[in-house]
Amino acid sequence: MYDVVVVGAGPAGSMAAKTAAEQGLNVLLVEKRQEIGTPVRCAEGISRESIEKFFEVDKKWIAAEVIGAKIYAPDKTEIVMSEEMAGNEVGYVLERKIFDRHVARLAARAGAEVYVKTAMVDFERRDGKVKLKLRRLGEEWEVETKILIGADGVESKIGRKAGIIRTLKLNEVESCAQYLMTGLDIDENYTYFYLGRETAPGGYAWIFPKGNGSANVGIGVLPRMAEKTAKEYLDAFIEKEGIEGKIIEFVAGAVPVYGEIETAVADNIMLAGDAAYHADPITGGGIANALSAGYYAGKVAAEAVQKNDFSASFLRRYDELWKNDFGKRLRRNKKLQLKFIDMDDAVLNKLAGAIAGKNLREMSVAAIVKELLKAHPKLLWDLKDLF
Amino acid sequence: MARKAVVDRRKCAYCGACVAVCPADANELVETFLEIYDDKCTGCSICVKMCPMGALAIVEVE
Repeated sequence: MYDVVVVGAGPAGSMAAKTAAEQGLNVLLVEKRQEIGTPVRCAEGISRESIEKFFEVDKKWIAAEVIGAKIYAPDKTEIVMSEEMAGNEVGYVLERKIFDRHVARLAARAGAEVYVKTAMVDFERRDGKVKLKLRRLGEEWEVETKILIGADGVESKIGRKAGIIRTLKLNEVESCAQYLMTGLDIDENYTYFYLGRETAPGGYAWIFPKGNGSANVGIGVLPRMAEKTAKEYLDAFIEKEGIEGKIIEFVAGAVPVYGEIETAVADNIMLAGDAAYHADPITGGGIANALSAGYYAGKVAAEAVQKNDFSASFLRRYDELWKNDFGKRLRRNKKLQLKFIDMDDAVLNKLAGAIAGKNLREMSVAAIVKELLKAHPKLLWDLKDLF
Repeated sequence: MARKAVVDRRKCAYCGACVAVCPADANELVETFLEIYDDKCTGCSICVKMCPMGALAIVEVE
C-alpha cells in the first residue's frame, strides 16, 4: 500500500510527489499522458520570486527572462511596468516541456515511483483508505493508498467525484488558444498584454517572448461573453496587430478563474493546482500557486501519515497553508476580475489614459490597481479596501 | 430524437476544456483523446460554447 498516490504530473503533482517522497513517504506519481510536460496548455510566464522559492534556476528550462510588462488598452494606450535597473529580471518565461520533466525527475530522485501513460480510471474510499483503479495500455489493475492527491488539472475527475469542487460555469473559466510563433520582431525584454472587449471579451491577449524571435502568442476569452471561438479571436488579434511570424506549435486549454474554493480536501483526498481552481482569476497564472499548493500537500501528507489520520478534518491543515499563502489573493483578484469584465472599452481606455506614463516600478496587479485608485477612485470605489 | 454533443476529432486539440465545464460529466479526456458518453450527455451545448477550437457541435440523434 502506498502512503500517497498523486494523479497528474504537472507542477502541482510533481511538487507534491517530490515533497512527500523527501519526507520518506512511499509515493506513486501517475500521469495519463505518455510524455510529461506536453502539450503545455500554458503561456509559461512566472515571476522570478515564485520560481526561486523552490528551485535553483537552470537555464535549460528558462526560455526567456523579462524586465517588465507592457499593457495595451483597446485604443493602444500603453502602460509600462518595469524594473529600471538592468539585471533586475522580474519574470521568467519557462520551457514547460523541460521544466515539468525536471520537477518529475526530482520527485523520482527523491524516491517516488512514476508511471506515465497511466490513467486513473476510478477510485473509491473504503475502510479508511483509497482504492484506485489504474489503466495502462488497456490493462487495468488496483492499488491502495492512504492519501490521494488530485493534481489532475482543471478537468479534475478526483475533485468532482469526491464532491470537493463543482463544475465551472461559463463565466468562471477562460477558453484559451495559443501559438508558439517564430521569426517575430519584438522587444524580448517585456511580456505584452492586450485588453479590450472586441479583442478578448472577458480576458486578454498576450505575447510572452521565448527567446530567439519566438514567443507564445495567445488569448483567453470568457465563453459567457465570447461570440466566436478562442482560436478565431486569436487569429483576429494576430491579423489586427499585424504580427508576422510562423506558427510552429499550437495549444488550447481552459484556465479556471473561479476564485477561492472553500476547501480543497475530503477524507483521504487533497486537490492541488488547477484541480483546486488555484489559478489566479485576473492573470490566469497558475504555475506559482500550483507549486506552492503541491509543496503544502506533500508536507501535510507526511504529517497525516505520521499521525495516521487521513480525515478531512486533519487534512484541513493543508487548506490553512494554501489559503494563508494565496487564498486571500485569489479572493481579491476574483473581485477585481468581476469588475474588469464589466468594463467596456471606453472605460478601459479612460483608466489606462489616467496612468499611462506613470512610473510603475513594481510588476504586480496590486501596483496597477493602486495607481488606478488614485486616478479614478469612483470607478473602483468598492475595491479600495482590498488594495 | 435527442440532442447530443459530437466532437470533430480533426479539429479537437485534446485540451480538456469541455471536460471542465460539462455539468453531466459526459466528457472525458482519455489519455490523449476526447470521449463523449452519449448516455450522460444532455445536449445542453455548454461544451460547444467552451471549446477553443470549435470542434464540438450538437446534433439530433435517433
